[in-house]
Amino acid sequence: MAFEGLADRLQSTIQKIKGKGKVTEQDVKEMTREVRLALLEADVNFKVVKDFVKKIKERAVGQEVMESLTPGQQVIKVVKEELTALMGGDESKIAVADRPPTVIMMVGLQGAGKTTTSGKLANLLRKKYNRKPLLVAADVYRPAAIDQLETLGKQLNMPVYSEGTEANPVDIANKAVKYAKQEHLDYVLIDTAGRLHVDNDLMDELIQIKNNVNPDEIFLVVDSMTGQDAVNVAESFNEQLDVTGVVLTKLDGDTRGGAALSIKAVTDKPIKFTGMGEKLDQLEVFHPERMASRILGMGDVLSLIEKAQENVDEKRAKELEEKMRSASFTFDDFLEQMDQVKNMGPLDELMDMIPGANKMKGLKNVDFDEKQIAHVEAIIQSMTAKERQDPSLMNASRKKRIAKGSGRSVSEVNRLLKQFDEMKKMMKQMTNMQQGKKGKKNKKMKGFNFPFM
Amino acid sequence: MSFLKKWKEKFTSKEKQEEVSGKYKEGLSKTRKSFSEKINDLVARYRKVDEEFFEDLEEILISADVGVSTVMELIEELEMEVKRRNIKDTSEVKQVISEKLVEIYQGDDDGDENISLNIQADELTVILFVGVNGVGKTTTIGKLAHQLKSEGKEVLLTAGDTFRAGAIEQLNEWGKRVGVDVIKHSEGSDPAAVIYDGIRAAKSRNVDVLLCDTAGRLQNKVNLMNELAKVKRVIEREIPNAPHEVLLVLDATTGQNALSQAKTFAQATDVSGIVLTKLDGTAKGGIVLAIRNELGIPVKLVGLGEKVTDLEPFDAHAFVYGLFADILEEE
Ligand SMILES: Nc1nc2c(ncn2[C@@H]2O[C@H](COP(=O)(O)OP(=O)(O)O)[C@@H](O)[C@H]2O)c(=O)[nH]1
Ligand SMILES: Nc1nc2c(ncn2[C@@H]2O[C@H](COP(=O)(O)OP(=O)(O)O)[C@@H](O)[C@H]2O)c(=O)[nH]1
Ligand SMILES: [Mg+2]
Ligand SMILES: [Mg+2]
Repeated sequence: MAFEGLADRLQSTIQKIKGKGKVTEQDVKEMTREVRLALLEADVNFKVVKDFVKKIKERAVGQEVMESLTPGQQVIKVVKEELTALMGGDESKIAVADRPPTVIMMVGLQGAGKTTTSGKLANLLRKKYNRKPLLVAADVYRPAAIDQLETLGKQLNMPVYSEGTEANPVDIANKAVKYAKQEHLDYVLIDTAGRLHVDNDLMDELIQIKNNVNPDEIFLVVDSMTGQDAVNVAESFNEQLDVTGVVLTKLDGDTRGGAALSIKAVTDKPIKFTGMGEKLDQLEVFHPERMASRILGMGDVLSLIEKAQENVDEKRAKELEEKMRSASFTFDDFLEQMDQVKNMGPLDELMDMIPGANKMKGLKNVDFDEKQIAHVEAIIQSMTAKERQDPSLMNASRKKRIAKGSGRSVSEVNRLLKQFDEMKKMMKQMTNMQQGKKGKKNKKMKGFNFPFM
Repeated sequence: MSFLKKWKEKFTSKEKQEEVSGKYKEGLSKTRKSFSEKINDLVARYRKVDEEFFEDLEEILISADVGVSTVMELIEELEMEVKRRNIKDTSEVKQVISEKLVEIYQGDDDGDENISLNIQADELTVILFVGVNGVGKTTTIGKLAHQLKSEGKEVLLTAGDTFRAGAIEQLNEWGKRVGVDVIKHSEGSDPAAVIYDGIRAAKSRNVDVLLCDTAGRLQNKVNLMNELAKVKRVIEREIPNAPHEVLLVLDATTGQNALSQAKTFAQATDVSGIVLTKLDGTAKGGIVLAIRNELGIPVKLVGLGEKVTDLEPFDAHAFVYGLFADILEEE
């Protein structure tokens, strides 16, 4: 899935303009059109998309994109930067009250994941912060909602405060806080019933609970599969309750999760955690950057593009790519390439970011061990200029000399020569793919352009 | 004046109090026969079919979660049709638009499709409920049990969600509320085994309809989807032609992911119909249009609340009308 997204489609837009040598305003328009579609398909609210695309357009017609050698990637980069900025920083902090207990209210629509998230949060608070939480069963409406929370409490071996279904949720909340004080429990997690944001009576109940227990946090729990309506829900809950943060659930699914962007845009409240499964330890800190990539449908490819762009001289990269294509790639180029790649960070980490890379034929023969790379460098440096340009010159005595000069064995020299040969073949394969051969396997590799490969 | 404003004006007249009360529920029965008329009236109120008009139309549909590709397709077809016929006359334009609007939910076939449940006359009917987490499977079973029971049917429930905390108790509670029995095992047991027991019990007790609950699962979890396929096979093995319905429950609040849900669940269990829940909220559930278009799965029931009576048969006319209703009120 990772590659079917904006990257893919931008690539085809770019394919069309490649011959033109220059990116025009019309091209940018076409590219931003793709961005718009990608965001809408990811369920970002159409009004939010409108504002966003406007911003992107302004930046995209600017110099940084127009003059870039890889305008498509630049557009993606701009989009991602703006998206990430819009979604805010990593904010997994949970409030701590001056005087315990700290009170947290969980609110949201029916079935969003409030009860499950309450259990997860309690688990996290105890495990990571060494706290003693109390779970409070304030959903008296949904059949067996109290049983559900009590079961979670049992699984966690944690206290659950409940008064059955006849009691009033406001009273339950009040008494629960008192109970927590008495029992020296330092967090109170109030699990409220799901309700529609337009249900005035039930929204009023939440306001009353809020006014009574003065919560330190009010978390709005939202299903990440939510569509265009996310803005209405978030806006309304936030207006009525002034929530302090958002938890996005069910992100272990395959939804793009554009709701995240909509919610952030209309409430400006931090998304703090993400639910990554039904189990009680499947709660994660929210990563705006990952979310941005996900919304655009591009896995971690974006961070790879970024890294490549930060560290690789673009012009030189283009030349190298050309060389690969024409198979005139030499050991000198290889050395230079390794330098650039090394600047990007640990290699295996980089490889991990490329979806499907580990499945590529040939790639597994290329050793990415850092120590190994130092050896490789030593071997290449022991070659003469001629040998580096033309590996076919190699014979037994040359190999022996190189081995001696680099302090490696002849078999290592042989292995490198073989690997280099394989790598060249692979590069050719890959650059061919990039040139747009359609096909199941090839499609996977479309959309990037990395010289070190 | 924008298309929307004009449309709104149309509906904020005296008609509005009666028909656009904002509640799909009321709309369900009241708007039925006059839907086409309304579209026609509406279209008659603008002078130009310009870009602004199409943009407005596009936004209305997208904001109802109809989905970009479906919307783009529709708008494109509309634009082409308007060009092709070289339409200037407003009466002709309205013709095209009402044609296309009706087409998006009906496809090419004209007649209303049969959305009633496949309930057997003299033998046991088995209905399997599937869907992702928290969409309303258990609640819908409760509501449907009530409906069937009040039609005089003998109903039995099976607690096939053995995974989620409190799920068995939840179904059991619905059973008590409605006054029907629930076959259950303990939490963590094999769902296929509970369903098997449910079938055995239903047969021996001469039950008319057996409603099988299952645990919610996200469609990208291969193991869980296989587990569901196995549950279905158990039913097939026990009763020829069963399950008679596999109902996929979709939350109307869901966006484009619902299409992926429908595809994957259909592959695993041969879904025969959709229950669209939570339509009492502000979400429109427009994605079912794409599902209907691409997969041909009809919506059969809609959930309109948490009460036992909040279940209605799907009304396509009222539904499409509902896609637009709120916007009319907001403007
Ligand atoms: N896969 C997945 N399921 C979740 C997640 N969070 C909650 N759920 C499931 O979603 C359903 C509804 O959750 P629940 O906590 O009962 O929602 P509530 O009605 O808001 O209290 C249950 O089946 C949960 O197991 C999540 O992060 N991932
Ligand atoms: N407002 C509203 N809530 C609903 C509807 N159907 C189900 N729910 C609520 O959605 C939540 C999840 O429903 P449940 O039946 O447990 O979902 P399941 O996990 O698919 O079995 C519960 O709080 C239900 O009361 C509906 O049509 N409208
Ligand atoms: Mg709950
Ligand atoms: Mg259930």
